[in-house]
Amino acid sequence: MRAMARETSGEIEAMTGILPRLVWQRATVRQLIQETPHVKSLVLDVPSWQGHRAGQHLDVRLTAEDGYQAERSYSIASAPGDSHLTITVECLDDGEVSPYLTGELHEGDELELRGPIGGWFTWRPEEGGPLLLVAGGSGIVPLMAMIRERAAVQSPVPVCLLASSRSFEEIIYREELDRWAAADMDLVVVHTLTRSQPTGWQGYHRRIDRAMLEEVGWTPAEHPLVFVCGPTPLVESVATLCVELGHAPERVKTERFGPTGGPA
Amino acid sequence: MRTPFVSRGFQGRRQREDAAQRLPPGQYLVSGFPVLSAGPTPRTPLDRWDFTIEGEGDQPRRWSWQEFQQLPRETITKDIHCVTKWSKFDTTWTGVSLDTLLQGFTSSASYVLAFCDGGYTTNLPIEDVTGGKAWIAYEYGGVPLAPEHGGPARLLVPHLYFWKSAKWVRGLRLLAHDKPGFWESLGYHNYGDPWKEQRYAGD
Repeated sequence: MRAMARETSGEIEAMTGILPRLVWQRATVRQLIQETPHVKSLVLDVPSWQGHRAGQHLDVRLTAEDGYQAERSYSIASAPGDSHLTITVECLDDGEVSPYLTGELHEGDELELRGPIGGWFTWRPEEGGPLLLVAGGSGIVPLMAMIRERAAVQSPVPVCLLASSRSFEEIIYREELDRWAAADMDLVVVHTLTRSQPTGWQGYHRRIDRAMLEEVGWTPAEHPLVFVCGPTPLVESVATLCVELGHAPERVKTERFGPTGGPA
Repeated sequence: MRTPFVSRGFQGRRQREDAAQRLPPGQYLVSGFPVLSAGPTPRTPLDRWDFTIEGEGDQPRRWSWQEFQQLPRETITKDIHCVTKWSKFDTTWTGVSLDTLLQGFTSSASYVLAFCDGGYTTNLPIEDVTGGKAWIAYEYGGVPLAPEHGGPARLLVPHLYFWKSAKWVRGLRLLAHDKPGFWESLGYHNYGDPWKEQRYAGD
């Protein structure tokens, strides 16, 4: 029995970037990039990849010799038009999958993955802005895909990225963000370092709070699209503050599957 | 026939046999209680909260918080499974069974759509929320359900992926035809059986 008023899968795909079926695909590791001491990017060749939207993630599946399998989700770091697919993985001490991806995997190794997944926490330049992107630690990954996409198509949408990191050395994509921001007046990147700061640091050095959001972010009257990603306490706090500051709740999107408190 | 794929050098972390059997495919066990959401946490004061069941052909039924607290309550312990791969064993909830709430409804509805503060929705076949399979839960671990976990009350349907256990639930619509909810319209599976690994549309 057909459900009524259900869009065709083609229409759903056009609206959301969702494919009708996600099969497991083989990927080959082309390059490994140590972003920070605990974070590595995996640049992948995925011949059968059908594209994605900035903000989406994919599932990785590992299989041991005896058939034991483990699956985890990782945000896609690369822009949709990139020739390679990149994920950025934080190594968790008590993780099962992340230590393998960041420690054992070599160039030339293969991975199984499927995606893209997620039709909500996504942004395409034609959706406009301005954008307020708020990241905690490795929550910056899906937001970086948005920034890379914006740069790739030279979108004029103004963006403010507020990134919280524990220390200067742990800022993911720091140099690349510096380059994008230096070249584009409409991209503003603000860092806050919560645990330690280098000598002479002039920037914020505390957890994101209401005052910081007010100083850094767009006003509600500017109707920003807000994307918040990171550990649960940060996302909970920032999303609540955005609503308290007057941003419409439906314009605040949150993603917290990354470091959610469980071992990965 | 293609040889099965093996991830070179991957050992993995094995569960004890009893735990392994309780884990659906692709899941891993956590001891914490992760929080996931699509947007900001709604916060509805109890004096403005109510729960409504609307059916075709029946008068809608509504309970205030006080009235809801007077309904027969149950405490149950269940394993829960999130589509993002984490599972948590032996979670204890207190709430009202949907069998209690649906008593007296004559509607011949085949489906329900749960609706929530903040606009979230999720859809289920009626047989998946009756016969002792679903509750409106307002306590977790013996204390009032925290807002970030769905308080004041959430739908609880532990046999399906936990996005079906809609947080901040405010009511159910009884429907003759299935109507995909929020995640079901954004690429997730319409039914969501963890034991068949029905995570995404087409699985």
